[in-house]
Amino acid sequence: MNLARFLASRLVKGVLVLMAIAIVNFALIRAAPGDPATVMAGEAGAADEAFVQQLRERFGLDRPILEQLGIYLKGVATLDLGFSYRQGRSVASLIADRLPATLLLTGTAFVISLALGMLLGALAARRVGRPADTAITVVALLFYATPLFWIALMSQIVFSLKLGLLPNVGYETIGANLSGGDRALDIAHHLVLPALTLGLFFTALYARMMRASMLEIAGADYVRTARAKGVAPGSLTRRHIARNAILPVVTLAGLQAGQIVGGAVLTETVFAWPGIGRLMFESLAQRDYQVLLGVFFVSSAMVVLFNLATDLTYRFVDPRIQMGA
Amino acid sequence: MSRFVRIGIVGGLTLMLAGAAAAQTTAPQGGGTPKKGGALQLVVTPEPPGLMLGLTQNGPTQMIASNIYESLLRYDVKLNPMPSLAKSWEISPDQTVYTFKLQDGVTWHDGKPFGADDVVFSLDVFLREVHPRWRQIANNQVKSIEKLDDLTVRITTKQPFGPFMLSQEAASAPIIPKHIYAGTDYRANPANNTPIGTGPMKFAEWRKGSFVKLVRNEAYWDKGRPLLDEMYFQFIPDAASRAVAYETGKVDVLTGGSVEVFDVARLAKLPNTCVTNGGWEMFAPHAWITPNVKNGILGNKQFRQAMMYAIDRDFGRDVIWSGYGKVPTGPISSKTKFYSDQGVTKYTYDPAKAKELVKASGYKGETIRFLSLPYGETWQRWAEAIKQNFDDVGIKMEIVSTDVPGWTQKVSNFDFDLTFNFLYQYGDPAIGVARSYVTSNIVKGNPFGNVGQYSNPEVDKLFAEAAVAPTEKRQDLYTKVQQITADDLPLLWLLEMDFPTVSRCNVKDLVTTSIGVNDSAKNVWKQ
Repeated sequence: MNLARFLASRLVKGVLVLMAIAIVNFALIRAAPGDPATVMAGEAGAADEAFVQQLRERFGLDRPILEQLGIYLKGVATLDLGFSYRQGRSVASLIADRLPATLLLTGTAFVISLALGMLLGALAARRVGRPADTAITVVALLFYATPLFWIALMSQIVFSLKLGLLPNVGYETIGANLSGGDRALDIAHHLVLPALTLGLFFTALYARMMRASMLEIAGADYVRTARAKGVAPGSLTRRHIARNAILPVVTLAGLQAGQIVGGAVLTETVFAWPGIGRLMFESLAQRDYQVLLGVFFVSSAMVVLFNLATDLTYRFVDPRIQMGA
Repeated sequence: MSRFVRIGIVGGLTLMLAGAAAAQTTAPQGGGTPKKGGALQLVVTPEPPGLMLGLTQNGPTQMIASNIYESLLRYDVKLNPMPSLAKSWEISPDQTVYTFKLQDGVTWHDGKPFGADDVVFSLDVFLREVHPRWRQIANNQVKSIEKLDDLTVRITTKQPFGPFMLSQEAASAPIIPKHIYAGTDYRANPANNTPIGTGPMKFAEWRKGSFVKLVRNEAYWDKGRPLLDEMYFQFIPDAASRAVAYETGKVDVLTGGSVEVFDVARLAKLPNTCVTNGGWEMFAPHAWITPNVKNGILGNKQFRQAMMYAIDRDFGRDVIWSGYGKVPTGPISSKTKFYSDQGVTKYTYDPAKAKELVKASGYKGETIRFLSLPYGETWQRWAEAIKQNFDDVGIKMEIVSTDVPGWTQKVSNFDFDLTFNFLYQYGDPAIGVARSYVTSNIVKGNPFGNVGQYSNPEVDKLFAEAAVAPTEKRQDLYTKVQQITADDLPLLWLLEMDFPTVSRCNVKDLVTTSIGVNDSAKNVWKQ
């Protein structure tokens, strides 16, 4: 099957999946108790029934649910994500506002964890059973098993409060009015703790995956053959083992990459990082339906796209893999 | 002033915090000659949905936007009116005609002049439609709102309405610009994102998810004010991280409720840290358990009294709330007007008596569902403590958890047996108290109504008479209401809550009015 047909068929399937996801999301959100009008009335500290009704009419929540679904799907089909009356802004602009911070955080964490995870995994596999392997395995297991928010809070207490090395919350120093290189440095300074916290969890995951995968392949016949014909150990690991062991890691990385745009709710919350994960979580708590659906839609679109990209990467990493739709 | 809680000794300065006389606690924050300049970093939580105070009145919106928008009046810690946009006022002898003289030389932040037209538009048109509290006063009590000249407005009420002079606080009746809102779709007006007011600070920037920045209004009508150059309101979603942000110096002020009370007690011990309970006299948040009196045994007065004797309310205050607050005696907070404990039934912690009453009530061991309030860890702990108290006297209780919209919906639809709630009293029982007890307010779809569905014609009558009685007659009526309800227990009052404000001691005059950090910071300065 050629590449163009493969892409076309996958894109059509992707659009169908997205529509199905949009409908399921819509239904799920409406199944939760409460609606934006009751939340807003609740926050105002007083309300009468007529007032809440007036809000519902304004938000279009008084119409039949199927009509609301129709309006929503029509909007999605034309890539119009709607308007948040609660925040008085279009959903697209709200999401766009949060995108840079989220991409910076999840992207950095992704790169750190992929590079570090593969390196540590390969190292552990080469020294299997020796102290270095044990150390890497134990540390990886520790980071894998420890709850993220606990690591986040502890890192704040150690590095911000006790050592005074790094800022504990935020995206940049508020009120400093920095620009250019100074601002970039300031943001990088703020990025360290959240990116490491988020990255360490995935590092552990990749390291474990890489190690297991490499050990499995190290026992394969062709590796024994290569060793027998005198391939140097370094080259053997790099070209014969690692190259083949990398496939499961690519699969996992594809999954993580799909979540890059979805943000990281826990990390963003604890570090007050102004990303999409928080936007989503706060919208959920406030039943800001349009924003929530918008974030869901954008993240699921990204998952579909990255899955496709992963499949294409397979072919690049391992030419033996055929494109099957 | 019956009881002091000593919080900490800071730099030789003893901070005396008393729930009963919170007015005293603002004094240590003043002193010295006010100095101009500087930026103030505050934490508010959660991030508000918008800053247009006429449309949104939740706590965080008010803390930021009361610097941008102003109302006719402000209130001192004794709830006496002070001038704001109104320079002076006259009240007719029969207490039905209120004439407000406005400040002259006031301009909106966009440079347009402010005048009586803006006031009439705000109170008579805009807020009457969109403000959940003002619309009730405007529609039920007010006969007319007229402009007499460019700087004079006259409001006539249908009858003497006791709390009218308390209704003009910044978030209750913010004055908004007519030239921007007249004839528009209020909620979709793009100007909502760049609020224009008359206040001491101007909106500068809102970095969503991070902070709101306000800058000094150089053209402010009150010459010499404000003192600060800039204010930053930071949004940090996690309570523990907020506390660390204060400890590392990222923020100067933790507004009431932004850290858990057990953290307040810890932070109060830090150097250069001042804690005050002041600034909540107007709102006087009152916490209670609402029993749904239509649900089985909860309709039994003896059973409700049994629950009240069973709950160790002092433990709740001292341990769960780290000593902040005061155990109430009835529906009206001792911080506001018309409080009385004269001749009321008092409930001390008495499990033995509770057991007797449980037996007498005919309770058969059915499980009672307790809908927990999803407002943070402290409430969760409190529910667990009360479950323990109930266990001790043989009442079976099960805690039901939900999130905020779920809670609001369940409570609005009377779908609970017991639930926590706390409401502001807004300075006058006619506004903030009666609503939870009167029969006419048993309406589904409103979480602030009489959701427990208690109904007593005598209580209805007393509340109705007291709202419109001449000032001197009101105390007697409210004293009687407090006596009847303390015996009937439509609600199980638990705590007159304190929302302590934590700040660096060099932030001066932070809390000078009865709404504290909810008010404009025009007098605040940094030493």
